[in-house]
Amino acid sequence: MFPADLKYTKDHEWLKPAADGTALVGITSYAQDALGDVVFVDLPEVGATFGQGEEFGTVESVKTVSELNLPAAGEVLEVNETLADHPEAVNEDPFGRGWMVKIKLTGDLAGLLDAPAYEALVSAESH
Amino acid sequence: MSELMKTPLNAAHRALNAKMVDFGGWDMPVQYPAGIIAEHEAVRTKAGLFDVSHMGEIRVKGPGALALVEHLTPNAVSQLVLGQIHYTAFLYENGTFVDDLLVYREGEEEFLLVVNAGNSDKDFAWVQQHAGGYDCTVVNESPATGQIALQGPLALGILQPLTQTPLAPIGYYHYTHGEVAGIKCLISRTGYTGEDGFELYCAAGDTEAVWNAVMAAGTPQGLLPAGLGCRNTLRLECKMALYGHEIDDTIHALEAGLGWIVKLDKGAFIGREALLAAKAAPSARKLVGFKTLEKRDIARDHMAVVQDGQPIGFVTSAAPSPTCGINLGLAYVPTELAKVGGRIQIDIRGRAVPAELIPTPFYKRLK
Repeated sequence: MFPADLKYTKDHEWLKPAADGTALVGITSYAQDALGDVVFVDLPEVGATFGQGEEFGTVESVKTVSELNLPAAGEVLEVNETLADHPEAVNEDPFGRGWMVKIKLTGDLAGLLDAPAYEALVSAESH
Repeated sequence: MSELMKTPLNAAHRALNAKMVDFGGWDMPVQYPAGIIAEHEAVRTKAGLFDVSHMGEIRVKGPGALALVEHLTPNAVSQLVLGQIHYTAFLYENGTFVDDLLVYREGEEEFLLVVNAGNSDKDFAWVQQHAGGYDCTVVNESPATGQIALQGPLALGILQPLTQTPLAPIGYYHYTHGEVAGIKCLISRTGYTGEDGFELYCAAGDTEAVWNAVMAAGTPQGLLPAGLGCRNTLRLECKMALYGHEIDDTIHALEAGLGWIVKLDKGAFIGREALLAAKAAPSARKLVGFKTLEKRDIARDHMAVVQDGQPIGFVTSAAPSPTCGINLGLAYVPTELAKVGGRIQIDIRGRAVPAELIPTPFYKRLK
């Protein structure tokens, strides 16, 4: 159900590490479903740095707003600028076109969940 | 935690893969798979079908019924003719709200009061508490009653083939008794979306059959099942009050902009003295509509209106508006600031964000 090559947080963000020490970050299919129609994603400036678990932005749906917390410490290399005009990509393709930031990892991935562990967490939350 | 209450349509919502939430103790659909924006747009352009069976129904009947309802509500009940409905409220002595409601005139001596789900028990107790001395019965029909709301420009066209009752002659805020899909219903031309539409009341056990018949008739025309999420954005665009937001037991009827339901010259009713005094000394705050100026600035319910870092008011309801495409809200602000075109600031997670006061309702359908 959840891609096996990603790492997950208990707050429903995902992180996809690449071999060159960078990673993409977004929110999970479970998170976008809970939010409903996304209408705005507030993302940081390129170059900003955050610690693990620090708030790097917000995602707004018609119904509510949610903080975005960075799954691992890093520096923002790129933000997904297409979300400015197409925030619905977060709903339509949360693990793909709906990515939010690309970071250079400056810390480790301690405490992140693998796909089976995240799936177990989600299934516990929805029951 | 106590078990959530369920409407007769609970299984139908689950079969439609609705996302269910706890709404004032009721297990209700907040949205279906189409999502809030698509459901909202369906109601504005085609039609949407809502389960509103959680609403409360209280029947008052007997020679003293008219006098009791006149005593309990500020609108002029005696002016209602058979088959007519009006919007009104239960008020406390200080003019603040017990609840808002609809009154249906069922007969010379019979009224159906339709109240909010979350206030239903409180309202029934309120009516009972004041009924002593009036020669009438007060019956809580809520558990026995189902209700669905078909809303949108295609509502009449979808419903008409299901009933022998001619729908076009039923005026807005009027109703009749008839059959829909062979099931006895009260057919009411009312709603909470700002669109044309009908609310259908029937026996609880018949609700699913009526729902299924309307869904089957409307789906080919673009009807979508619609949840509480879009019900909120639809009513917000039309500045329709929601208990716990624009109105509650700390806000009186004139502040809320509901002076039009208060008929001070009709004779005595609960809250009249306070509202007479309030009319003589205009209130310090007023309900206004605003828009924020930047796409990223989305105000939400209960945020503070600030000036120089100090709270001077509060947001009652706010959301990105699917119809208007801007971020809208309603707020209580000091009366001297309540001018269209004026600016206020809203505390959005620690940032004082500018907003412009704009005319309300934000949306009005073309007749």
